[in-house]
Amino acid sequence: MNPSILAATTARILTQVRRDRRTVFMILVVPALLTVLFYFTLSLQHAGPDGRTPFDRLGILQLGVLPCAVMFPITAITMRRERSNGTLDRLFATPMTKLELLAGYGSAFSLAAVAQAVIVTLVAFRVTDLHTSGSAVLVAMVCVLNAILGVSLGLFFSAFAQTEFQAVQFAPIVLVPQLFMAGVFIPREQMPGWVQSISDALPLTYAVEALKQISTHTDATPRMWRDMALIGVFIVAALLGGAATLRRKTP
Amino acid sequence: MSIASAPPAIRIDDLRIDRGSHTVIDTISLSVPSGIITGLLGPSGCGKTTLMRALVGAQQITAGSAAVFEQPAGARSLRRRIGYVTQSPSIYPDLTTAENVGYFARLYGVRKDRVREVIDAVGLTSKKSELAGNLSGGQQGRVSLACALVCDPDLLILDEPTVGLDPVLRAELWEQFGALARRGKTLLISSHAMDEARHCAELILMRDGAILAHAAPADIMRRTGCGDLESAFLSLIRDSTDDLSPLRPHVIPEAVS
Repeated sequence: MNPSILAATTARILTQVRRDRRTVFMILVVPALLTVLFYFTLSLQHAGPDGRTPFDRLGILQLGVLPCAVMFPITAITMRRERSNGTLDRLFATPMTKLELLAGYGSAFSLAAVAQAVIVTLVAFRVTDLHTSGSAVLVAMVCVLNAILGVSLGLFFSAFAQTEFQAVQFAPIVLVPQLFMAGVFIPREQMPGWVQSISDALPLTYAVEALKQISTHTDATPRMWRDMALIGVFIVAALLGGAATLRRKTP
Repeated sequence: MSIASAPPAIRIDDLRIDRGSHTVIDTISLSVPSGIITGLLGPSGCGKTTLMRALVGAQQITAGSAAVFEQPAGARSLRRRIGYVTQSPSIYPDLTTAENVGYFARLYGVRKDRVREVIDAVGLTSKKSELAGNLSGGQQGRVSLACALVCDPDLLILDEPTVGLDPVLRAELWEQFGALARRGKTLLISSHAMDEARHCAELILMRDGAILAHAAPADIMRRTGCGDLESAFLSLIRDSTDDLSPLRPHVIPEAVS
């Protein structure tokens, strides 16, 4: 890994993102706005016997889903564009390696993800009055991990799209089943066994579980750390899969 | 400067490239001398781009071999020595001219003032802070060329670099290519415009994945007894199709002008 090539690629991608105002808005502002909207849909509901409002229970979980849902299509489309406009051929004629290219994409969008997580966590706790037993810093950490998960899944799935249009179509296929099975709407233990088994193999499950742990436990639990580590494993696996599907030579 | 004794810049032996069920390059062998401009001419669809992609290591080879500077095409050590310009400009439209060239400079690890040098060389000094996407097609092509020149490559592979450029600019670019060759650089330039062939020391005439001729322009004209390259090419095509299908002696080639 050549640090200078990695830094140049990260800077190049961030410059491109910055030039597109709408993408900047999508990454930094939209998740926070959706959080506020979600808050208002639940604002007339009363707190339960444990003193937690429905927003306390559900609002925190959508923080695990939104960053992934926003970063996935943005990354998939950007990478697809790189593959189709001829610049990928050209980059591979330079000393750059496949891993350096993917790492460049990963680090550029992950930096954007950190900014996104800070904003959405601040809004959730300060503006919409979210209460958790655990620390807001841990919530922000899960947000960042989820956004990076969205980035790595986007890089991986872009390989299976022929066009940018097809890349967008992956978003509902990849995200919605995970959302249904992750235990956001109903605890996983109350789902049929086969659904639970599938959701065991899906990364968003562990994001939701980690957030539930933070929501109800004052201190960081071993289970939460295990969940975060598992999300990390999914991120690495998707990046390696992305590298495997990038080909220097085309048939 | 005896070209014959120096090792060739490009050496291709029995190269065949199939794409799907279609044979794009049909078992060709050739060697391109270093330090001169070699023109790769032929109608569109004859395999020029595929051959060039094979030389930069972007194209899978079905059989045979392709070597550049005596190393297999696509080898890691070649990446700093070959500049490749694709047919359609492969640049980032949302970056400025200087940012595009600067990015490739950093990938190659070359010094920063080189960026301004090559932007000046392709005549885009006044456009260096403009987004590449807002430039004309010809200007975008020159940004693309600048990105390849920035590493000062020993071999430049240019796929139709002068398409859509006005005559003045075309002349200027050919002048620069000539200057590069005089500095000892090797250039392989494809074109489907026959009038550009006169800038080349050697010509490779391709058709349907095969090589019809590989020689100096004057030799090709002498051999065919034609006064210009256009008719020489036609005569060569006629000879080759005569051998294959005597019933169709007057096949008209597509777009050789």
